[in-house]
Amino acid sequence: MNADPREFPRSAQAALGDAKLRSALGRLKTHFALKRQEAAENYGDFEGLREAGRAIRDHAIANLDTLLESFERSVTARGGKVHWARDPSEARTIILGILREAGAKTVTKGKSMVSEEIELNPFLEANGLVPVETDLGEYIIQLRKEPPSHIIAPAFHLHKEQVEETFRGAHTTLDSGRPLDERQALVAEARAMLRASFESADAGITGANFLSATEGAAVIVTNEGNGDLTRLLPKTHIVLTGIEKVVGDLDDVAVLLRLLTRSATGQEISSYVSIMSGPREREGGEAATAFHVVLLDNGRSKLIGTEAQDVLRCIRCAACLNHCPVYGAVGGHAYGATYPGPIGAALNPGLIGIEAAHHHPNASTFCGRCAEVCPVKIPLPTIMRHWRAKEYADGLAPKAITTGLGLWAFAAKRPALYRAMTAVARPFVRMMFR
Amino acid sequence: MSARPRVGLFVTCLVDLVRPGIGRAARKLLEQAGCDVEVPRAQTCCGQPAWNSGADKHAQDIARQVVDLFESFDYVVAPSGSCAGMIRRHYPEVLKDDPRARALAAKTHELMSFLVNVRGMTGVSASCAAKACYHDSCSSLREMGVKKEPRTLLRSVERLSVSDLTDSEVCCGFGGLFSVKYPEISARMADDKIADAVATGADMLIGGDLGCLLHLQRRMKRTGRTMRVRHAAEVLAGEADE
Repeated sequence: MNADPREFPRSAQAALGDAKLRSALGRLKTHFALKRQEAAENYGDFEGLREAGRAIRDHAIANLDTLLESFERSVTARGGKVHWARDPSEARTIILGILREAGAKTVTKGKSMVSEEIELNPFLEANGLVPVETDLGEYIIQLRKEPPSHIIAPAFHLHKEQVEETFRGAHTTLDSGRPLDERQALVAEARAMLRASFESADAGITGANFLSATEGAAVIVTNEGNGDLTRLLPKTHIVLTGIEKVVGDLDDVAVLLRLLTRSATGQEISSYVSIMSGPREREGGEAATAFHVVLLDNGRSKLIGTEAQDVLRCIRCAACLNHCPVYGAVGGHAYGATYPGPIGAALNPGLIGIEAAHHHPNASTFCGRCAEVCPVKIPLPTIMRHWRAKEYADGLAPKAITTGLGLWAFAAKRPALYRAMTAVARPFVRMMFR
Repeated sequence: MSARPRVGLFVTCLVDLVRPGIGRAARKLLEQAGCDVEVPRAQTCCGQPAWNSGADKHAQDIARQVVDLFESFDYVVAPSGSCAGMIRRHYPEVLKDDPRARALAAKTHELMSFLVNVRGMTGVSASCAAKACYHDSCSSLREMGVKKEPRTLLRSVERLSVSDLTDSEVCCGFGGLFSVKYPEISARMADDKIADAVATGADMLIGGDLGCLLHLQRRMKRTGRTMRVRHAAEVLAGEADE
């Protein structure tokens, strides 16, 4: 469960006082930013690639309706089924329906931010199912009952000592004297624990990094291979993602993959790229496995035609988080929303409303680093400013700010008055900065 | 260079209010660069606080006032990447479809990039005994593309050494009203920047935007750091010791 986004200042203050968090966030530069920089430099014309990515995503958003229809036709032709969810509640109900029909009990899950967005796990648990996160970071935070703090590295806020503590607390059947201080030992233990879940899972849910309309395929990147085990082993596979993830074809996907992994982790390509198109097993012409795609709108389509439309280009690489000085100071949990950092600041008001998310677009110095590194050139500060204007126009901006601005603007529009006022104020102001 | 260009100096409200000496230093530098400088008395502010707060109407009113006041000049120059960036990058958005706003934007420059790139200045005759580090403001860097120009000019100042910060592209946390709305986050970002500056062994921090400088100076004072904080124009005009 996320904290309340309205409490951002309080959560941020608490985060600033957390020494462990501070040192974890200190790794953003070495772990992500420098690697991205090196990958971009090594690529050669990375600017040209960004422009190509922007064009592909813009074209997709401009033709979203036809691409989605085409995607649905392609998936259906391959024996899969596409489900449309207007909001989180519809998405949860659809997924529960599929799982009930499949008689599922244990459900393995690949990493999916849309799953976080619709708060799927608590809902499945409340309905008697057992969701098991299989991405290492997601597995750790599921054990800790925490939301992800980063969109590609969900447990980035933790040190390995904290993970060790979590595993010792959760894996009580294992020898308590086992060594667990090395990263490799933690990974091995998680793998061993997850194996049983993979084997017994009745259904698997993954997200999608991209949907390709022509081929009716969903594409995911992972570095642990958990995505493949999640989608391949159970009889039922559900892909859960947002409607904006669709692009024309796999050629488009190939361009975006080059951008995604370099911008995210600095990798030329992730360890695994899975292309999933329809039920995979057939017996006598009949599909032996089920393939479902659940596509969530949740406010996305309403952004089309607004000044915030460009945020829909996002490919969720997290480069904006990794380069954001505010995210770097307070971490992801302080935002109290699924998407933290600059992408959250530009997207959240569209998903949960400007009233609930008003702090997010305000908590930026407009330093512009996010837009500079965005692989699809989203003008993030411009979109944040758009939300501030909406907040102001809707009368939701704090009274102290609107009143202060009003008085200041009144004077700034009257030069003679302004000069008289500054003449009086100058000695006091200068004293303040002496 | 043929006729002396007429330059309207946009002093910026912060300089006018807190350190008017920076305005005088900027004027001196522009005159050294062969410009006729005028400082319109009716100027107040560029309207950035309103624009960044989403108060579009206020921003539009103030922007129109600036256009009226400055459009007759050959160039508009501000000793600030932030205010120059507001006019250059954002006035065409603030006053959409207004050709006068676009025209003003096109001839508006940050002081040091104007001196180097438009006036061809390569150095100054000034002296300043200091081991300094340079703080790039985000708006100078990313809105105005100013990075090498201050370094080029500062290199010519006698008895001055200038080093770069390790994280020179990271924001100092000022962000105008951001520092008012989120003072704790803003202070943390300042502290990180100050630690970076201290690590260079510098005894002076130089920058091209007074907003960042006042923010860092105030935070240094609060945290017991002593370092002279100077605007680049003051150093280049030989007035850093005032």
